[in-house]
Parts: sequence; structure tokens; C-alpha cells
Amino acid sequence: MSSILFFLAAIGVIAGAIGVVGLSNPFYSVLALVGHLLSLAVLFLLLRAEFVAAAQVVVYAGAVMVLYIFVVAYVGGEEQPLDGGLTRRARSRGADGRRPTGALFATALLVELTIALLGSGLKAVEGSGAPYSPGPRTFGTPAYIGDLLLTRFLLVFEASSLLLLIAAVGGVVLARRRGGLDEDDRDRLTPLDLLRPRGIGTMVEGVEGLAPAHARGRPDPDEDNSPHDGGLAPHSAGQAEGGGW
Amino acid sequence: MSIAWYLAVSAIVFCVGAFGVMTRRNPLVVLLCLELMLNGANLALIAFSRMWGNGDGQILAVVVMTVAACEVCIGLGMIVAIHRRRLPIDVDELRELQG
Repeated sequence: MSSILFFLAAIGVIAGAIGVVGLSNPFYSVLALVGHLLSLAVLFLLLRAEFVAAAQVVVYAGAVMVLYIFVVAYVGGEEQPLDGGLTRRARSRGADGRRPTGALFATALLVELTIALLGSGLKAVEGSGAPYSPGPRTFGTPAYIGDLLLTRFLLVFEASSLLLLIAAVGGVVLARRRGGLDEDDRDRLTPLDLLRPRGIGTMVEGVEGLAPAHARGRPDPDEDNSPHDGGLAPHSAGQAEGGGW
Repeated sequence: MSIAWYLAVSAIVFCVGAFGVMTRRNPLVVLLCLELMLNGANLALIAFSRMWGNGDGQILAVVVMTVAACEVCIGLGMIVAIHRRRLPIDVDELRELQG
């Protein structure tokens, strides 16, 4: 039973990985990675890593992939022709593509890894692992992982939380809008502009006059007769003198 | 199943990810392939953790996932910044580190 499950999950893992690399549309690549992660969670469960499998599904396949989908939709992942990995510059130089070279390096790496892992002669690699007995606080359960994280690996736990904070701040700083507001945003009427009474001395009024935000830049019909208006005379006189302040 | 099978799967996943990092040009897909490589390493870590019956490898796998999430956050922020500046989304065109 467990070997059938292993082969099904392993096929899913490898097919998902090949789909990520092979599909030309980045959107489909992200979806292939979701399938890969779900299959990998099954492999983690088979290895008795329950907490890591749950974190994988919730954090990776849930949160991180949603972030990817958002960015792919924002950037507009255009279809890339899989033309042998040739760049425009390499093609203009007359190079014959780097995809064969990449495949060669990847195959060499696979052969080396397989020799290193399986040819190591370790007896334990051939076995199915250490003895395992199910229980509430046994190997791999959330209680076990939490116990380790908060006692023996407390420094690692705190350092990774600090790293997450730095990465969140860095992501916001990198992706923020630069160079002030766009022209569209400056003329947009916000709800506060409608609720706020006129002439209460905000900085915008001090610089640009008493016209409401949506009428700014247009000739205001009140502008002509307001200096002659008796009721508003002190205010508008002060505004006329100190308007450029 | 013996641990060797899991190690073989992790080696294959790592090499597929390395192949993608070397050949794809879209930085989004390069980030996805980096995730593949990290996942291959995670699978090996958890397989060795199971082999010894020791939880340290699982802790390291959780930390690797945290670092991968940070890397995704920064990388996607950079891609959005590149897109805002109307630069081409292509790792070969972006080889000069100048404003």
C-alpha cells in the first residue's frame, strides 16, 4: 500500500517539476508547481513528517502560490516561445543555443548526485528508516516539532522570524510606487473631499485656493465675485494675500 | 519503501530545477525553478531525518521553507519593480546592474 502511494506521489512530483520547467506560460508553470507541492506533501507524510507536510500545503501551496499568481497576473506573463533557450543576443552572435549545454550540465549533476547518494555504501540508505511507533508526541508530530523549535532550536526560530520581518519590509519597499502620485490620482475625488467643509484652512486650500478638489484647475465661477462678496471678505482677502504662501 | 527511493526522487527534482534555472529566461519561472531545487533539498533532508529517527532534519526543512518564502517575497518585489520601470522581464536583458 505504501509503495503504491509512494510511486503515485513520486510520479506526481516529477511530472510537476517537469511541467514547471517545460510549460511556456508562467501561469501554467505556477499551477504545475502547486501539483508538485501537493504530491511532495504526500511523500513527506510517507516519511512521517506530518507537521512539515501540513506546513507545506498551507504555507507553500496556499499562500506563496497565491502571491505568485498575483504577480503573474500583474506582470502579465506572456507566452515565451521555447526556442531552444536562445537569447536575442546569442542568436545575433550566431551561437547555437544554451539549452543543450544546460541539459548536459543538469544530466551531469544528476549522475553525480545519484552516485553520491546511492553509491555511498551506507547500509541505512537501503533500509526503511529508524523504528517508528505511532503516538501523540512521537517523531514528526506538531508537538514534537514545536518542542524542538522552542527548546533546542530557539535561536533558529527567532532568527527566522526576524528574517521574515526583514523580507516583508523589503518586499514592500521594493514594490512600492515611486515618484509620487500619478496624474490620475491627483485629480481623483476622495470621500474626504466631499465631507470636509470648505475654508477650514487645510494646506491644499492654502496653496491652491478654496475651490473643491474636483474643480481645481478649472475656472471657478465663484472666483470672480468672491472678492466683492461682503460675507466672505476677510477670509477671501487673507486667502488672496497669503494664497501663495 | 527504502530511503534510497526518496533520495533518487529528490535528486531528480533538484536536477530538473537546476535545468530550469539554467535555461529559462523569465525571472518568474527562474524563481519557480529555485523553489523546485529547494524542494528537492527538503525531501532529502526529511528522508535523512526519517533514516536516523531524528527531528533535526525536519527543523532544518521548516527553516528552508521560511527562507524560501522570504526569497519569493523579495524576488517578486523585484519583478514588480522591474515591471514598473517598463524594463523587459528577461534575465538576459537585465544583466547590467545600473539604474
